[in-house]
Amino acid sequence: MNGIILAADVNFMIKGLFSYQLFGQTVWITTTHVSLLIVILLLAIFSICANRVIKKADPYAKPGTFQNIVELIVEMLDNMISGCMGKSAKAFLGYISTLFVFILISNFSGLLGLRPPTADYGVTFPLGLITFGLIFFNKIKHQGVGGFLKGLCDPWPIWAPINIIGDVAVPVSISLRLFANILSGTVMMSLVYGLLNKIAWGWPGFLHLYFDLFSGAIQTYVFCMLTMTYVADAIGDAG
Amino acid sequence: MNISGQEFIFGCSAIGAGLAVIAGIGPGVGQGIAAGHAAAAVGRNPGAKSDVTSTMLLGQAVAETTGLYGLLIAMLLLFVKPFT
Repeated sequence: MNGIILAADVNFMIKGLFSYQLFGQTVWITTTHVSLLIVILLLAIFSICANRVIKKADPYAKPGTFQNIVELIVEMLDNMISGCMGKSAKAFLGYISTLFVFILISNFSGLLGLRPPTADYGVTFPLGLITFGLIFFNKIKHQGVGGFLKGLCDPWPIWAPINIIGDVAVPVSISLRLFANILSGTVMMSLVYGLLNKIAWGWPGFLHLYFDLFSGAIQTYVFCMLTMTYVADAIGDAG
Repeated sequence: MNISGQEFIFGCSAIGAGLAVIAGIGPGVGQGIAAGHAAAAVGRNPGAKSDVTSTMLLGQAVAETTGLYGLLIAMLLLFVKPFT
């Protein structure tokens, strides 16, 4: 079967680069791994530079450009997290900030010609599972096992299965949202570059502006915001 | 005209993908309502423009999810071809 001929030029699938045998299993290194490594490398270089600059910073001197940018980022994340989580913000500052920066750079990596790592369900689902783990852990920690079971049987015990389904749906929905948004942007861009490659000069930049920058930033914000809301809800008034 | 079984399945998958994308109607209406109410809120209280805008964008991004589920199903049918 030939399939659609036009679709032959469009290529947005995850490609395996090479495989190796590990304990009898074939393990593939894919484009996602490469993109992830590049993103992590960029973040590591930025972090090391920021660390050096902040450590050497003189509180009485005029701050340089790079120091100003780092302070701006940290202040923005600080405001966002403390505005949403209130008293318990301090414990989650590190995790949520890391998550925000990682997802943001992953979504923006489409600009570098990479396939965004977040357009792979294998990357976003673990992030959703971490959120699920945080919710579960904080519920047990702050409300106790009794409070957890009581919340599960909210108005009556008959509703327990529905509440369990609602709890399990959280990581699935939160990760599918991020994945589908970034995947749709990737598919659109590869359609433009694949089918219109004769006339794709300059103007796809505006599409990049929407699909990569705007959509990516909004989805990053939404993912972090929802994680914080769920965790703050799990902590309740106890925190 | 002879159509093999696989071609028939692929054609039906394409129709199914088209039907799945109809899911985009709902988020379109919902996002429009959200944007309209946000515009009304800004008109009533222009000082709160940044707060209203960020809340609207957050709500719209969450409302968009159902449409994206439809898109996901369409893409699974077209490119992953689960039934062939």
